[in-house]
Amino acid sequence: MGKLISKIPDGPLAMKWTKYKASVKLVNPANKKKLEIIVIGTGLSGAGASSALGELGYSVKTFCYQDSPRRAHSVAAQGGINAAKNYQNDGDSTYRLFYDMIKGGDFRAREANVYRAAEVSNQVIDHYTALGVPFARDYGGTLDTRSFGGVQVSRTFYSSGQTGQQCLLGAYSSLNRQIKKGNVTMYPRREMLDLVLIDGKARGIIARNLLTGEIERHAAHAVVLATGGYGTIYYMSTLAVNSNASAAWKAHKKGAFFANPSFVQIHPTCVPQLNEFQSKLTLMSESLRNDGRVWVPKTKGDSRPANDIPEEDRDYFLERRYPAFGNLVPRDVASRATKERCDAGFGIGETGLAVNLDFRDSIKKQGKKAIESKYGNLFDMYKTITGIDSYEEPMRIYPAGHYTMGGLWVDYELMTTIPGLYAIGESNFSDHGANRLGASSLMQASGDGYFILPNTINNYLADEIRVPKISTDKPEFEETEKTVIERLNKFISIKGKQTASSFHKRLGKIMWDYCGMVRNEEGLKKALVLIKELRDEFWRDLNVPGKFTELNQELEKAGRVADYFELAELLVTDALNRNESCGAHFREEYQTPDGEALRNDEKFAFVAAWEYTGEDKPHILHKEELKFEEVEMKVRSYK
Amino acid sequence: MKLTLKIWRQKNADAKGNFETYKMDNVSPKMAFLEMLDALNKKLVEEDKDPVAFDHDCREGICGSCGMYINGHPHGPVSAITTCHLSMRYFKEGETIWVEPWRAKPFPVIKDLIVDRTAFDKIQIAGGFISVNTGAAPEANSILIQKKKSDDAFDSAICIGCGACVAACKNASAMLFVSAKISQFALLPQGHIEAKERVRAMVIKMDEVGFGNCSNTGACEAECPKQIKLTNIARLNREYYKAY
Repeated sequence: MGKLISKIPDGPLAMKWTKYKASVKLVNPANKKKLEIIVIGTGLSGAGASSALGELGYSVKTFCYQDSPRRAHSVAAQGGINAAKNYQNDGDSTYRLFYDMIKGGDFRAREANVYRAAEVSNQVIDHYTALGVPFARDYGGTLDTRSFGGVQVSRTFYSSGQTGQQCLLGAYSSLNRQIKKGNVTMYPRREMLDLVLIDGKARGIIARNLLTGEIERHAAHAVVLATGGYGTIYYMSTLAVNSNASAAWKAHKKGAFFANPSFVQIHPTCVPQLNEFQSKLTLMSESLRNDGRVWVPKTKGDSRPANDIPEEDRDYFLERRYPAFGNLVPRDVASRATKERCDAGFGIGETGLAVNLDFRDSIKKQGKKAIESKYGNLFDMYKTITGIDSYEEPMRIYPAGHYTMGGLWVDYELMTTIPGLYAIGESNFSDHGANRLGASSLMQASGDGYFILPNTINNYLADEIRVPKISTDKPEFEETEKTVIERLNKFISIKGKQTASSFHKRLGKIMWDYCGMVRNEEGLKKALVLIKELRDEFWRDLNVPGKFTELNQELEKAGRVADYFELAELLVTDALNRNESCGAHFREEYQTPDGEALRNDEKFAFVAAWEYTGEDKPHILHKEELKFEEVEMKVRSYK
Repeated sequence: MKLTLKIWRQKNADAKGNFETYKMDNVSPKMAFLEMLDALNKKLVEEDKDPVAFDHDCREGICGSCGMYINGHPHGPVSAITTCHLSMRYFKEGETIWVEPWRAKPFPVIKDLIVDRTAFDKIQIAGGFISVNTGAAPEANSILIQKKKSDDAFDSAICIGCGACVAACKNASAMLFVSAKISQFALLPQGHIEAKERVRAMVIKMDEVGFGNCSNTGACEAECPKQIKLTNIARLNREYYKAY
């Protein structure tokens, strides 16, 4: 336990951040220019941090694997971004947003971090508005909001069903401004392949230029990972197909603890799988549950078209089970309830792995136009993919892997267990506990990037001002580069028969079957065996054509899948270790008689932070006890 | 479905490319176009051949990574969608499908179907932003904006930067792309203060990186997967004249 110092400031919860900011060390503007910071990733947290650090005057080097920073996967977030503005006079406040998040996360998040995320949420909305993000507005010209799951206020700001895109393009624009000013140097089409440590501190990275295959060394005084989550470990998920955990995993293997890896959010409303070659599952925003009602037929095997099934033969199972929150229960609850109905044989469609999301009543009440203005692009997207017009008949939806609450362990300053290495946005673990509430991802990523890290990083860099520019000729760079190249050559030299993607697909199936929405000890133990077997097969029978010194997309995939095999093992180990159900982590052995998650606060009110100890050696578990000063741990009920 | 693919293969920017023919036997009409290419690549890798390189990422029509000519149309024959959203149900049994990279001088081919679109980023870096530092923003509701204006700004702001407009244009003009950003900020009060500098900087950069001018044929609008309107170009021209 000794190694985890969370650095939570003293004092009352509501004053911690203010107090921290007032007392933290600062860096003189003249010194900032001399300090270099590497940022990996250009989603809301990475682009936000790069912009804000550039504005402060630091020398920032920013990397992304895409051809342009504008394509980072934050772009795909749909429904909205939360803030405690209380524009609706519906009783919202920083405290209530904080409490909703803590409760939504099933009391497995760190209180002080969550409060701070809620606290900076209003500034995030102000900033994006000033950057020209066109959030939806009311006729009087003020900003409009809507509701999301797990809350009873309306605090979600949105831009139709493409809020992530609009926020990301806002962040991209602020990043561009700093690039123009020369404060940020942008390195697109680069993949971080390892972290370089010098005297135990993060001092740089080894990256591969994805166009030329060239291996590059980049040095800095601090490194920030803004690399997103690991949802693609399930192969098919709502993530971009190239999203990956490799940067975070490499950092983990260099000493950054990985926290709560088993906390994975399976999103309830996605377009079900249509064919066996399918590469991803498309999300249908949670906001749809404001106006859409989820149901299945009351009778098994009722094959009538949805519109022919009369009211009395429909089971609105979320409304039935959770009358207080109805269709707007949190994601983990909605996903499990959906799975329960489908497993019981009430699912619809050819596979039986789907339920209806029906807008009939809302269209009747509000008119087609009103629904179109709120969700037009989502209805269009659904039709594009499936050919079905959901103004006329219900959408068919099923859960899919979406967001990872787990991630690199960070302290209050967002620093990992490696000095000088930070993790922000989805890549860290800190704010969402065991389940994330809708629209709080954009909020947290933006808050981390724009408002939190640019304050906390000074505290570290203030002691680095005497460190001159770090040379990439140091032996640490040399050695790390050597191991990176060895690994790349290894992939290419296997010369087996199977593609990296085919292994990824099989790994994803193991994870989905045994470590998805519902887990049990037997299945998890079986998964560990299966993962190991598949991993051995991967290293025997992979084929990567071509060389590493050229554009080689198969090689990129191979590296990511290889890391996923290792992370998968840790994910399952963590799920096996946590003998309780909480949030998205549902262990069949631990449930109430009516099928709800049964937490064990006495034994498991901790963050599981795993330390890497070497190739094929067991991880060591470190526990950060969760102390709740302000809230009382309660049974989470949405009934 | 059985299909014949004629795909542009080009080893690198300097190499001379050519069409290669591939036969696909087992294509499901439920597949997406890129999934069909995944299946082709799987086959090629299993035969230890070089797979077809193409850009793609979110596969839900929003990141703007993917883009190729399919049967002579940017993003394929179906309007208002990206390549990743193109379903194989739109193709006929036995059809021959021609697949090429964007053809435009400012977008040089990198390999096969991948082109270099950094020229777009350069234009955005030149002026596609509002200069406000983190922490300096006023309270969000202190800026009141007519709903109509805000909605119109949004309609321009949804450009995904895929490059289909340039690829569709006989002049390789980036006017639709540039005008979308100019319009977004021209419609919003936040963007007014720097309006002149912005439009000048973006247009100068647009010319500098080699995009052609607009001659109002409207191909860009017709092929834009996000249906960005040609009226944006009219607004860009107005803003440009106002700036001098």
